[in-house]
Amino acid sequence: MSATETGNAVPVRSEARRGLTGIGPILVILAVFLAAIAVRQPEFYDPPSLLAFLKRAAPLVILAAGQYFVIVAGDFDLSVGSLVTAEVVIAARLIDGDPALTWPVIAVMAGFGLMVGLVNGLITTMLRVPSFITTLGMYLILVGAVYTWTGGSPRGALSEEFRMLGRRGIEGVPYLQQLPYAVLVLAGVAVFAITLMRADFGKVLLAIGDNPRAAALSGARVARARTVAFVLSGLFAAIAAVLLGGFGGVSFQVGAGLEFTAITAVMLGGVVLGGGAGSVTGAMLGALTLEILFTLLNLLGVSGALKSAVQGLIIIAAVAVGNIRRRS
Amino acid sequence: MKISTAFAATIAAVTLLTAAGCSSDIPQTNPSASKGAGTGEQSKFFVQADYDREIALRKVTPTGPSDKPWEQALDPKLVDTAKYKKAGPYHLCFSNAGVGNPWRQVGFKNMQAEVALHPEIKTFTVADAESKDDKQISDITDLLGKGCDALIVSPNTTATLTPAVEQACAKVPVIVFDRGVNTQCAVTFINPIGGYAFGADGAEFLTQKMKSGGKVLALRILPGVDVLETRWAAAKVIFDKSGVDVAGVEFTDGDPAKTKSIVTNYIQRFGNIDAIWMDAGATAVAAAEAFEDAGKPIPPINGEDQQDFLKMWQDKKLTAIAPTYPTFQWRTPVIAALRILGGQQVASPWKLPQPTITDANLSQYVQPNMPPLHYAMCGCTMLPGYPANWGGKS
Amino acid sequence: MTLLRQRLAAIDSTRGVWVALVITLTVGGVLVYADGGSLFHQSSIVSMLQRAAGLGIVAIGQTFAILAGSLDLSVAYVISLTSLIAAETMAGSEGNVPVAIAAVLAVSAGIGLANGLLITKLRINAFIATLGVGLLIKGYLEQGYAGPAGSVPTSVQRLGYDRIGPVPLSFLLMAAVAVAAWVVLQRTRFGHHTIAVGGDLDVARLSGVRTDRVLIGTHIICSICAGITGLYLASRLGAGAPRVGSEGGYDLESIAAVVLGGTVLAGGRGGVAGTVGGVALLAAIDTIFNQLAVDPFFKQVVRGVVIIAAVAIYALRRRKAGRP
Repeated sequence: MSATETGNAVPVRSEARRGLTGIGPILVILAVFLAAIAVRQPEFYDPPSLLAFLKRAAPLVILAAGQYFVIVAGDFDLSVGSLVTAEVVIAARLIDGDPALTWPVIAVMAGFGLMVGLVNGLITTMLRVPSFITTLGMYLILVGAVYTWTGGSPRGALSEEFRMLGRRGIEGVPYLQQLPYAVLVLAGVAVFAITLMRADFGKVLLAIGDNPRAAALSGARVARARTVAFVLSGLFAAIAAVLLGGFGGVSFQVGAGLEFTAITAVMLGGVVLGGGAGSVTGAMLGALTLEILFTLLNLLGVSGALKSAVQGLIIIAAVAVGNIRRRS
Repeated sequence: MKISTAFAATIAAVTLLTAAGCSSDIPQTNPSASKGAGTGEQSKFFVQADYDREIALRKVTPTGPSDKPWEQALDPKLVDTAKYKKAGPYHLCFSNAGVGNPWRQVGFKNMQAEVALHPEIKTFTVADAESKDDKQISDITDLLGKGCDALIVSPNTTATLTPAVEQACAKVPVIVFDRGVNTQCAVTFINPIGGYAFGADGAEFLTQKMKSGGKVLALRILPGVDVLETRWAAAKVIFDKSGVDVAGVEFTDGDPAKTKSIVTNYIQRFGNIDAIWMDAGATAVAAAEAFEDAGKPIPPINGEDQQDFLKMWQDKKLTAIAPTYPTFQWRTPVIAALRILGGQQVASPWKLPQPTITDANLSQYVQPNMPPLHYAMCGCTMLPGYPANWGGKS
Repeated sequence: MTLLRQRLAAIDSTRGVWVALVITLTVGGVLVYADGGSLFHQSSIVSMLQRAAGLGIVAIGQTFAILAGSLDLSVAYVISLTSLIAAETMAGSEGNVPVAIAAVLAVSAGIGLANGLLITKLRINAFIATLGVGLLIKGYLEQGYAGPAGSVPTSVQRLGYDRIGPVPLSFLLMAAVAVAAWVVLQRTRFGHHTIAVGGDLDVARLSGVRTDRVLIGTHIICSICAGITGLYLASRLGAGAPRVGSEGGYDLESIAAVVLGGTVLAGGRGGVAGTVGGVALLAAIDTIFNQLAVDPFFKQVVRGVVIIAAVAIYALRRRKAGRP
């Protein structure tokens, strides 16, 4: 499935074009959706409600950025959804309503995310297990372990201080009313991700996704870069978990299906599964577009049951359009 | 050229999407189709006679000890079980659909504790089907090979276990609970009044508390789950009759973050929502928080008997109600099995009461020492191992 | 020559799982015996074979897609859909059975064709294409069904319940599908081309293989196998059920079974024998855990570890054998 495994090499592109490949279509789709919302619900563009939207979208955008590192190097991370669930459930049990434990537990969550990512990365690169299998196995392990640990039902409670990060913001900001913390976190993560991709690390990652053997021959430390990509995905999942737990509270459902949503978002953003092409900005825009789509479906009153069908159609159409463009 | 292809396809997709949006709006523009608005077609699961029976059962006084609702029965018709009489000790078997959600977790703990109360049960063998119909059928075959004296079945889906249960009936007395099967061969079928009563309790309360013509948002977990379909079917009947405006029917997958996003979108779309109806309480707190975060008062809402909702209700003085699908029903099959093996008569079907939590009795169900997703109506407070085994603090 | 070498590779990479199966059954047998039960009691054997049947048929189909370097995430929804088509078309009457079978095969083949066309003609990655098609079917099911529907006549239910000695009919059905699949893969040009396409798409194309047709063919086979599983489940449940496929986890489990069987996820290496072994291994683990009443959540953990460990061992063996 990954480029490293299939050898179905993605056509090599010049450095300059790589950064922008695929962003075109997602911008068009995003613009169309935004226009549709403007027609249906102009109030959406009031700064407070726009920020509230960004606050809701932040976790998925962050997850998509994490998933991007893994995908662009030619791998997959199917474990992020269960990692988010595990993190939130762990946080609730450890904090158990005690505000003093908020920050220590957030540090534990970050550490846990890093560790899961590291294990994923090492198994994939050192033991040469395809990442689809590694992370599928990790998904089963995390779900099973967290249920076993809690006896099948979340225990404890998140503190208000913990929930603030995903739920509240800086009050009384002129014009905006409230500046959600989640938006600040999102901005930080986005800057960090974009900087990383502009640095040598990003170039190495793209080269590996393009053609791992060529990258290795030209001196890239392939295994290390791929492992770092998984570690980043784990860390970003931990950050998303802090925001999601804050936004919605504790449940076993909190991360369910997020891995597929994040991968879809990345692909919508013009990133090629198999690696080597696409930008992290595209991936994050893809996530934003998906969230806008979900909102739009609500605003249009599309029946709940039909939603997955519409989602399936849009995904296929968007990726097909991206491909047609790339080929012509 | 390239861009225009992209545009064409995107526009096509969006047009299609808008079309999909329009088609589901039909009931709104054509109110004669159903008296209320936006509720759509009635579920295929709706059976008027069952609905009427459940609505009536809510008023029936149960027979049996009032401090032990899990031993009570509504309008019991007793059946003779002399032919199953057998000397102890017993080997009880249980084919469980799964323990994949907190409701089933609490219930299963109730059942295990009930088993522990009876020394005459020597062995209690459980097979967990992990929500897989096919596995549950194999599980039943498995269990029958283990020399069970009686088999308790909690089916994963209504109807699909019928052939397997028929097979089992030929060998041992079978007790079915929670969901039913399409066969009369089981000695008894145990469940509370049912989904129609649950859905109606919430919907009736909301229609009384909200202003006439107000907007109600219905939040459901998943489509296609039999026990949840009846809840919505009943609520739909009541909403249609009372003329409230059903602003939307949405599926949340039981995910609090998704729930909050949906509710926020609806608040934005309609300016405000006047009531929230839910087919299960798991995300009631998230729905209520969406109003808080939007700086609006929390409207009348129904949840379920989970601690997080009850606590919020008490702290924030919500206008709320909590119909329940009590987890104490997990104790009853064990009691029934022992009565059957002892040759005593049992009610068949065994309809359990289905209490509702209101402002009047809220305080007796709030248990701050229990986990947030613990179900208060568990009938478990006097059981051995409480509260630690249920995740609570003593 | 290359084909011969690939065939040899296929044989050795799918042998490991059978060794693992023997070890698992031995250790499991001892543990269950120590626990006071018996793993080789007739009822345990029946349920083990029965468990293998449903997953086995989908996994055999999935083997084709994976061997060709693709994969199919829509199978779970195809199973739900075809179980409903079967049960609703039969509507409890035996006379409708042939029509129902034809309808199931036609619909599933159509879905496979759609998957294949999206992947080959629109060049959509298999992951996204089949995920998208799966979502479309899911939407249809959620919109159209509130629960189980249709009914299967008693004669068809026998497929789900009858057995010859300890061997259920459904297991024989799976065995028949497996043999047919084995013949196709080993003895036909299509089979050889499938392996070639999965091995290296460009080389296959350059050597004159009509790669698009082969990929579409494998997807049609994959979907038809899912359709057969749908039929089997309808016969077992006595009705169609809109959530039976997704709740059964047939999408990821079928992929796991294929990979456990030594087929390489990237394609080009592996085979049906391994998949059957992988399915048997999963069924054996399930049955052993059931007998020992192991906590279902802990079971998940073990499954995850087993899958990763098995694939790690295969990878290690291949490297030792000098085939990176």
